[in-house]
Amino acid sequence: MAYSVKVLDHYENPRNVGSFAKDEEGVATGMVGAPACGDVMKLQIKVGKGGVIEDAKFKTYGCGSAIASSSLVTEWVKGRTIDQAMDIRNTQIAEELALPPVKIHCSILAEDAIKAAVADYRKKHGEQA
Amino acid sequence: MLKLPIYLDYSATTPVDPRVAERMIPYLVERFGNPASRSHSFGWEAEAAVEEAREEVAKLVRADPKEIVWTSGATESNNLALKGAAQFYSGKGKHLVTVKTEHKAVLDTCRELERQGFSVTYLDVQENGLVDLEAFTAALRPDTTLASVMFVNNEIGVIQPIAEMGEICRSRGVLLHVDAAQATGKVTIDLQTLQVDLMSFSAHKTYGPKGVGALYVRRKPRVRLNAQMHGGGHERGFRSGTLPTHQIVGMGEAFRLARLEMGAENERIRMLRDRLLRGLSDIEEVYVNGDMEHRVPHNLNLSFAYVEGESLLMAIKDLAVSSGSACTSASLEPSYVLRALGRNDELAHSSIRFTLGRFTTEEEVDHAVRLLHDKISRLRELSPLWEMVQDGVDLNTVQWAAH
Repeated sequence: MAYSVKVLDHYENPRNVGSFAKDEEGVATGMVGAPACGDVMKLQIKVGKGGVIEDAKFKTYGCGSAIASSSLVTEWVKGRTIDQAMDIRNTQIAEELALPPVKIHCSILAEDAIKAAVADYRKKHGEQA
Repeated sequence: MLKLPIYLDYSATTPVDPRVAERMIPYLVERFGNPASRSHSFGWEAEAAVEEAREEVAKLVRADPKEIVWTSGATESNNLALKGAAQFYSGKGKHLVTVKTEHKAVLDTCRELERQGFSVTYLDVQENGLVDLEAFTAALRPDTTLASVMFVNNEIGVIQPIAEMGEICRSRGVLLHVDAAQATGKVTIDLQTLQVDLMSFSAHKTYGPKGVGALYVRRKPRVRLNAQMHGGGHERGFRSGTLPTHQIVGMGEAFRLARLEMGAENERIRMLRDRLLRGLSDIEEVYVNGDMEHRVPHNLNLSFAYVEGESLLMAIKDLAVSSGSACTSASLEPSYVLRALGRNDELAHSSIRFTLGRFTTEEEVDHAVRLLHDKISRLRELSPLWEMVQDGVDLNTVQWAAH
């Protein structure tokens, strides 16, 4: 399968790989996917004052497109408020990375990872955010 | 000098041996006659070449040349054997037995026969990929006419107990078909002693050209088939169609070389395969898929736990290998062969098939080992599963949201 230049770039040089300590102030984690399906994404966000995402990190088990999708969203969520992050749609991710139809599920998973991380943040911090 | 990418996918296809290509060329240009032309020397010359090749194919497997029928490849041979025998003997019974890890050319043909009113038993394999002989025996019924089992598995390289299966089948009056596409030149095949009735061969897995194969059809006791390709009655009516002389000459030469060289070649390849396995043995959580003892030396199918197969293939693009997982196809399903071994999904999704061959070198193997060390550790750094396992999490206890 031929990969787009952007997928290859994120795959070769993934941005923001790693993990925050789970108990670190403002950190929330979203883990989506399943090993059985061949994709698991872990997205962590670090939310500061005013609900702004100051930093993000990811780890992904999955194909090159899944790695690229999660790497891309760590870049996109930084600097946004959590409400703004919730506006990111899988179609934008798929378009940016020029994902073929068979890889659209990778972008859906990345969108789900954002939602899961935000949900985790809201659960930890009530509705203050 | 190391030339990249390194070809380690010899079970997908092999290059044509230059000695084989050289023998083929004159039959394209000068000796182009139709082997079925009986009225002039062009035809006689082509026919002589076809018959010489038939002898070479027969010699490799110790058959009579009259038992060899040319086809377009192992897929056609499998179709002709299964459909031809099932249909011819349908008055006797309409039940077939095969195995879940067979090649799609057998499985899909069985599906078609089910649509035609036959019933098929698909046997499970053991964890090591081998068929349990008791289960095999138990699957044979009074109305079973044919069993089909591959000699060497294409994904994991395990060698099935064909000799024992032949005895079991013969004693019960069941025909045995064996897909030997991955076996020629790799294991000794002696049809004088093996009680096999039908056997499929391919040229391009054994350094011959693509587009040609053969079907062995036993004469004593005689096996009969319904033809699937009708026309001029070539190949004693088993398979009509003008014979591709140059392809057949290539297959004959490839099988002649296999007969002469397989002993030494297999030892050399075994050393390279062991070198590859040894080189990777210090990586944690690497698992061999399939039995290591009943296995051709050419094949190493490994699962690298917590690393997804397609991303690994992408990382090792200097190596031409294939993923046991069919993730590169639209199905996104892990390999049905590895699933049949009972491998869990993480391991089935994480497998790579390395297949070595005639032109593989030590230098290439060493390069592959270095590359794999580097890329596996990089991808594990990226893997949330690896991180969880390092933190002591048992992945089986995690509630995953299947998607």
